[in-house]
Amino acid sequence: MAVKLLKRPKLSLAEKMFLPSLVKGLKITIGHAKKNATKFFNREGTDVCMQYPEVKWDAELPEYYRGAPALVTDEHGRERCVSCQLCEFICPPRAITILPGEIPKDDKWAKVEKAPRKFEIDMIRCIYCGMCEEVCPEQAIFLRKDYAITGVTRAEMVHDKERLYEIGGVREGLVNKWNDLK
Amino acid sequence: MPELIIILSTAAKIAFLVLGVIMPIVAYSVYAERRFSAILQDRVGPNRTGIPLTLFGFKKDIPFFGLIQPLADGLKFFLKEDFVPAHVNKFYFWLAPACCLVPALLTCAVIPFSSDLKFTWDGSEHLISFSIANLSIGPLWIFAISSLGVYGIVLAGWSSNSKYPFLGSVRSSSQMISYEIAMGLSIIPVLMIFGNLNLGEIVTFQAKNGWLLLPAWGEGLSIRSWILLVPVLISFIVFTISIFAETNRTPFDLPECETELVGGYHTEYSSMKFALFFMGEYAAMVVGSGLIITLFLGGWSLPFGLSSWFAPGSWIGALVHLGCFLTKIVAFILFFIWVRWSVPRFRYDHLMRLGWVWLFEIALVNIFLTAGILMLVK
Repeated sequence: MAVKLLKRPKLSLAEKMFLPSLVKGLKITIGHAKKNATKFFNREGTDVCMQYPEVKWDAELPEYYRGAPALVTDEHGRERCVSCQLCEFICPPRAITILPGEIPKDDKWAKVEKAPRKFEIDMIRCIYCGMCEEVCPEQAIFLRKDYAITGVTRAEMVHDKERLYEIGGVREGLVNKWNDLK
Repeated sequence: MPELIIILSTAAKIAFLVLGVIMPIVAYSVYAERRFSAILQDRVGPNRTGIPLTLFGFKKDIPFFGLIQPLADGLKFFLKEDFVPAHVNKFYFWLAPACCLVPALLTCAVIPFSSDLKFTWDGSEHLISFSIANLSIGPLWIFAISSLGVYGIVLAGWSSNSKYPFLGSVRSSSQMISYEIAMGLSIIPVLMIFGNLNLGEIVTFQAKNGWLLLPAWGEGLSIRSWILLVPVLISFIVFTISIFAETNRTPFDLPECETELVGGYHTEYSSMKFALFFMGEYAAMVVGSGLIITLFLGGWSLPFGLSSWFAPGSWIGALVHLGCFLTKIVAFILFFIWVRWSVPRFRYDHLMRLGWVWLFEIALVNIFLTAGILMLVK
């Protein structure tokens, strides 16, 4: 490889005293102020910032956005979670608590054997890492686009099974491996 | 003038100028800092704190561009826990915040905020100057008192008994000492030109004969004052830089520098004690820019001799001049903020080098330059 010799730039006296760069810096910042002025004084935010509760970005949220985790049912109305507890064990902040339960013998889906009796996600602990979604062998838990999870008590911030299915809703087009199983 | 009038008028001036002018400017320069820095960085800043009508059952608040923010900040400071760590030296820990704010407020005593006021008492007319104390040693008073401000910082750093405040206060004291020399020397040319140390008379002179940096009317339209612009400009620049250093503003904010020293000398302070440091810093900034304006930019006077429209001592004139002075101060504070959010911090040895090797020498040479011009050009 050929060696390329670079010459150090010769600085003029003004440059050594930082003066041109000082002026340049001041110009850049005031340029930003000028650019933002109209929106800023009309209380419309700036080009980068938006006035949050009034203006939202929900429509532009990308498909891979990781919001609140939720459980889903499929098109057959079956709750997909089989309470294998993999998500509980992988969860880094230990936000998930599952109490496994048995599906009664006379149920249409008795062959699945297990379903969660209790499924709680503590949204104070959840860090939205998406590991539960990644580890789930049943495609039962997904991170949704809900991000404004608020509550006034700690108890309110714990999402129970009902709430999780409510957020998750029905998801179609997943792999239904239990259907063909005898 | 009867003594009663002197005492009463001084008390009224202290109440009006400190509580009615300086303190609101300090509060709103904090707001200006947050808003102006926001717009410079494409952010929004506090723009919601208004009249909270929703608290009283109305549908909407009146946001008011967030202009109520300083009140909310003050309220927050009052309500916060005033925590005194166990390892501090209690007496000096309590003393330090006051030592920081009081000198800053004391220095504003000699700054003329507006033209003199005339009023009649007991059948005789009295002229009352619009500076709290019309001393004939104005700039000296400011230098003497403002250099006491370093005690607040040193005491805070030492009594906190913790390493970051200590480093901050050590830096601050060395910085203030080195920049005070340049600051004092840089205005000697100005005082030589005026031949006067009374700030009120300096401003009156500038109102008639052109500002020092804009000699465009009156006697200022002579070759002499235009040649003198060279040393005046030099001392203006040196003085402004020194004021930046003296008030611990970026690019000279090494005593605080959040990224290195947590919070610098006020790391261990909370609640109103911290607020006193904060207010002291901004009050020093207000007084510093007031001094620059008084010496170089004509103080309260309107440009181009327009101040002569108002009869000396008229109330309308005083009001207009007060407005003029405040406008200039606001402009200067915005400049301070603009510089703070544009220029990175100096390295410590660069800072010392700039103070001792450059500004000190420049200011010294500038004195002789001015003396030569004053001697040769009549």
